[in-house]
Amino acid sequence: MTKIRCALIGSGNIGTDLIYKIKRSPVLEPVWMVGIDPESEGLARARDMGLKTTAEGVDGLLPHVLEDNIQIAFDATSAYVHAENSRKLNALGVMMIDLTPAAIGPLCVPPVNLKSYTDKNVMNVNMISCAGQATIPIVHAVARVQGVRYAEIVASLASKSIGPGTRANLDEFTYTTSNAIEVVGGARKGKALAIINPAEPPMIMRNTIYCLTDDAPDQAAITRSVLQMIGEVQKYVPGYRLVNGPAFEGDKVSVFMEVKGLGDYLPTYAGNLDIMTAAATRTAEMFAEEIIAGSLKLVPTKAAAVTEAAQ
Amino acid sequence: MTSNLKGRKVILHDMCLRDGMHAKREQISVEQMVKLATALDDAGMPYIQATHGAGLGGNSVQHGFALASNQAYISAVASRMKQAKVSVLLIPGLGTMKELQEAFDAGARSVHVATHCTEADTSPQHIAYARKLGMDTTGFLMMAHLNDAAGIAKQGKQMESYGAQTVYVTDSAGYMLPDDVRERVAALRDVLKPETEIGFHGHHNLGMGIANSIAAIEAGASRIDGSVGGLGAGAGNTPLEVFAAVCDRMGIETGIDLFKLMDVAEDIVLPMMDHLVRVDRESLTLGFAGVYSTFLLHAKKAAHAYGIPARDILIELGRKKMIGGQEDMIQDTAMTMAKDRGLLTEPTLAEA
Repeated sequence: MTKIRCALIGSGNIGTDLIYKIKRSPVLEPVWMVGIDPESEGLARARDMGLKTTAEGVDGLLPHVLEDNIQIAFDATSAYVHAENSRKLNALGVMMIDLTPAAIGPLCVPPVNLKSYTDKNVMNVNMISCAGQATIPIVHAVARVQGVRYAEIVASLASKSIGPGTRANLDEFTYTTSNAIEVVGGARKGKALAIINPAEPPMIMRNTIYCLTDDAPDQAAITRSVLQMIGEVQKYVPGYRLVNGPAFEGDKVSVFMEVKGLGDYLPTYAGNLDIMTAAATRTAEMFAEEIIAGSLKLVPTKAAAVTEAAQ
Repeated sequence: MTSNLKGRKVILHDMCLRDGMHAKREQISVEQMVKLATALDDAGMPYIQATHGAGLGGNSVQHGFALASNQAYISAVASRMKQAKVSVLLIPGLGTMKELQEAFDAGARSVHVATHCTEADTSPQHIAYARKLGMDTTGFLMMAHLNDAAGIAKQGKQMESYGAQTVYVTDSAGYMLPDDVRERVAALRDVLKPETEIGFHGHHNLGMGIANSIAAIEAGASRIDGSVGGLGAGAGNTPLEVFAAVCDRMGIETGIDLFKLMDVAEDIVLPMMDHLVRVDRESLTLGFAGVYSTFLLHAKKAAHAYGIPARDILIELGRKKMIGGQEDMIQDTAMTMAKDRGLLTEPTLAEA
């Protein structure tokens, strides 16, 4: 079967884990890995796994895009360089899956809104953040039952699973995730908190979701909706698990989740890595299926406006 | 002992209106803040921290909603200070640079940028931003008992490299003993630039607040956090009026009017307390097990809701190595313990 050929930009934790996820896909094939440090472990691993690599950044990839028929690129660099990467690749007709907090394209959480984008001419979709992928499905599960005036999520991440880019830019994570809780989750106001825990052995990613509902929560309907949504996420992240809740106290709904990864690049505690790369892969697959079926044609974007990347 | 510290100058930093917010479930009014801060200012307190207990961005389901916004608290207090500087707490991952700018605009001139004691590299943006604003900028290494002296020195050096002018050893769990404090402060003194100050922030869960603060000064610290009347999380912070009296006896110069401080503790702080902030069964458990002091009242609430003793919950949180900011894991842990003890059942799709 035909596979859509992909490039991965950024050779850190996320980019490297993506290789494993994409290799497993029936419709995607990882072809290029782009880094900026010739000595990076991620590039070495990509070469070992049969990918072509460049340490010259996106400009090192551009001359090969057409001859290698690259149609989808995943950007796992930083919010600051994403806009430029996206502009250059969109101009060559490459669709962009953005795993940085740049969020210049529409925000995507697969079980919530992925289907709404595949029939539009979207050349860039944003995956928000690991915590966003882990929590927004639950916010949406509550908001589809009844009005949520405020939703707040708390992501606890193992120290070893957080790379230097995320650490140095925690504010971008906070802004992007908070906004997505509103725009995608459906809460009128959203807030995101992140805690990095250094415990040994490393703790498995945990996420707590609090929703404050407009009226007294319909406990049975919300519980049913949340459990159904968990089943949807488990289709692409098997280690997505309800630990406690939904618990109800007045207008407050609390859900306590755990995300265990597949242990591809980092060990299973780094569920944050998995849910991000699995969601990005799931998203790319949806577009790839449309491309293969001929129902989606990628069109080079001319002089796409470069939006301010970081807030 | 008196002689070697005689003449040393130490800057006191009061935490009643920030750490004390935890002990009041964030329910201190703007009027109460102004009254207490004005009295502290009059007693010569050089720095007064005034925000939500969890600092900037703290208003949340996770940490509770205060009676007023941080901006309202800060501007009300700052506008009335004759000499004291108003400070804030900022924990990256919770507070952001946007909120730091708002706090500065409201009148805050000093900031504790706080990270867990192994995660200093989550603070470069915020420390640099505070310096750009011209604020008195501290790097605040929380739960310092969970990193050894060499590790603390390395983390402190990183914060200094981002621009921190002071680095704090923060005993968030009230777990440390004087030797623990001494070796960490000494290790920092060895690696930091001579002009970089060192501070110590204690909790009184093992009754060691004063002794630990003195040990810190002996090892080279020049800034001490505490709270007048001990109004703070857990068994409270180092009681500053007691510490000021000890300093006076030892010849350490704080520039504080001791009797005025004693009056503030007795006449203003004590009547504000909802419960007597002291070493009791639960706060002692925090200090003994090395658990974040702020967990105290959350654990008591979960104990009430799920029928698990607060001490059992706190011990389990310590065993699971939960750190500051993970207040959600208190209810989660209590629920899991309740299931294990047959007090709670799990929902299933069939039932729902």
